[in-house]
Amino acid sequence: MNSKFLLYVIKRFCMAVLTIFLVIAITFFVMHAIPASPFSSEKAKSDETIAALEAKYGFDKPVPVQFVNYLKNILRGDFGLSTKWIGSTVIELIMGGFGYSARLGLSAAAMAIVSGVILGALAGLKRGKWLDKVIQVVTTALVSMPSFVIATLLLIIFCLKLEWAPTMATQKGGMILPAVSLALYPMAYITRLERSAMLDVLGQDYIRTARAKGLRNNKVIFKHALKNSMGPVITYAGPMMAYILTGSMVVENIFSVPGLGRLFVNSMLRTDYMMIMGVTIFLALIMVLMNFIADVLYKVMDPRINLS
Amino acid sequence: MEHQDMPKKNFLSLQMDPQLFKPASDEEKAQQLTQRKSVSFLRDAMGRLGRNKMAMICLGVLVIITLIAVIVPTFYPYTYTQQDVTGKHLAPFEYSKKEQARMAAGEKVFPHIMGTDNLGRDYCIRVIYGTRISLLVGFVSALIVIVIGIIYGSVSGYFGGKVDMVMMRIVDIIYSLPDVLIVILLSVAIKDMISNSKSDLIIRLGPGMISIFIVFGLLYWVGMARQVRGQVLSIKEQEYVLASQATGAKAAHIIRKHMLPNCVSVIIITAAMQIPSAIFTESFLSFVGMGVSMPMPSLGSLASDARSGLVSYPYLLLFPAASIFLIVLSFNLLGNGLRDAFDPKLRS
Repeated sequence: MNSKFLLYVIKRFCMAVLTIFLVIAITFFVMHAIPASPFSSEKAKSDETIAALEAKYGFDKPVPVQFVNYLKNILRGDFGLSTKWIGSTVIELIMGGFGYSARLGLSAAAMAIVSGVILGALAGLKRGKWLDKVIQVVTTALVSMPSFVIATLLLIIFCLKLEWAPTMATQKGGMILPAVSLALYPMAYITRLERSAMLDVLGQDYIRTARAKGLRNNKVIFKHALKNSMGPVITYAGPMMAYILTGSMVVENIFSVPGLGRLFVNSMLRTDYMMIMGVTIFLALIMVLMNFIADVLYKVMDPRINLS
Repeated sequence: MEHQDMPKKNFLSLQMDPQLFKPASDEEKAQQLTQRKSVSFLRDAMGRLGRNKMAMICLGVLVIITLIAVIVPTFYPYTYTQQDVTGKHLAPFEYSKKEQARMAAGEKVFPHIMGTDNLGRDYCIRVIYGTRISLLVGFVSALIVIVIGIIYGSVSGYFGGKVDMVMMRIVDIIYSLPDVLIVILLSVAIKDMISNSKSDLIIRLGPGMISIFIVFGLLYWVGMARQVRGQVLSIKEQEYVLASQATGAKAAHIIRKHMLPNCVSVIIITAAMQIPSAIFTESFLSFVGMGVSMPMPSLGSLASDARSGLVSYPYLLLFPAASIFLIVLSFNLLGNGLRDAFDPKLRS
């Protein structure tokens, strides 16, 4: 059992590394398929200047050589130089935004999981009652709203009309609304997952056994039902992280959070290729890592799962 | 059955009752008719869907929205690029100075049902065009997913063994790629490539749409392929497939005649679930500025443009937001209805 588990972890890890490699390769070759030089869009420069710039950024070498160099540099944590924020390295810019994004993303994820599990469990326990119905309607509405709609609506209501929250994220308490707007969609999704898992678990024999032996209701629910209904929620952790990371591009723009998402959108609009590549790879790294952790955690939580 | 007047049994006779071989009377024939018409699975499921009120309402809403998006632009008096400098930021049903002058002269002017935007363009037609884009993205990507997913999944499931293993490994790898990131990446690259393209269609579609279609073609079909493969694997073990093989049917024939009809429910459900995610992705890309090209509106880019005047003109956000919400909500609920109708086992 134990060696089997280890084998599973190693297998998943290799898969994750392969995925990262593929993402790097795709990113690199897609960006290098663009016919224009990264410097062509700027004001007229002499040929020598462009040649000098290309030499500085290493764009004058053949593409496969550049790829190998790029890979080597990434392993050293060096994502190259930004071509539009002159004088900054990509990793500096990424790390500058990452702090905000990590705080935003983690608080959104925590909010989504906690409230989603609570709401889902409640809906499952009160199946068919009005509470269940209200939760169902609200979650169905929430999963049908794109992140920019949720975020802008919250901005209008709480920042502009009620003036309860500051519009700038850097002000005190300014991170609450962005985090909430990122959390709502995954929360609704988790609620629905948890509800159906709860219903499934409540129909199992061991719940009847627990009740039959006279266990208090609280204990049945918390010790048996809730614990066993968490599986689907854990498997959703990976996709949730992907949603939060992409959603942050929109939400950070709306609430002016100086995070990674806004940086990414800005580098897209300014066509800063090195930045686009760097941030894509960095975000992909986080997503793949989260998927890996979620998968392993799922197996730890539920040893019944077939490890093949 | 014992017959009283049966002839005495002869040693060599076939010992059969000639009475049994008389042609049946009409009355007897009528008895043979089945009580209830046989119902095909598809019709049965459709009947179940028809009884699901919520799903039918959503279907109705979607049909109406689609009709509006297709038909209205053909006769609407304004186009999505037509500007009126005297009528910027008009509220719904307000008229610009020029139009008021025309009305004073006794001319009939079509009202701006949703007002106008910051360039004095009629907002209603822009929202309708945006809706059109959303629906187009939804349907086309569902089509792409269906075609590629079905072919890949059925081939993999049907041949099984090594072929299946290799094909599913590929699916696993594709499945783990962060799809939205790759959509963004491609749209950045494509935006640059098509900026000097001469084809009118490509320019009008814009980098966002093209990259969404490409990425759906490359990445998103894996969910469908997995579902179809699973279904095919279980059908493959059925006796009627063995019988078909025994009579010399070719693989393509078996896949077409036996496998696919039995996969219909899985295909319909998965496709219906895929549409909202495609619409989301397109609106997201347009919102961050990677979607449709400039004058062409999309619900995402409309919502993004509306941010500059949120306090004064909240309706500029409201209409595209409500529109996308209605579309995605309808698809989601219809998808639930389809799942309930086509897969009664899954019903909770």
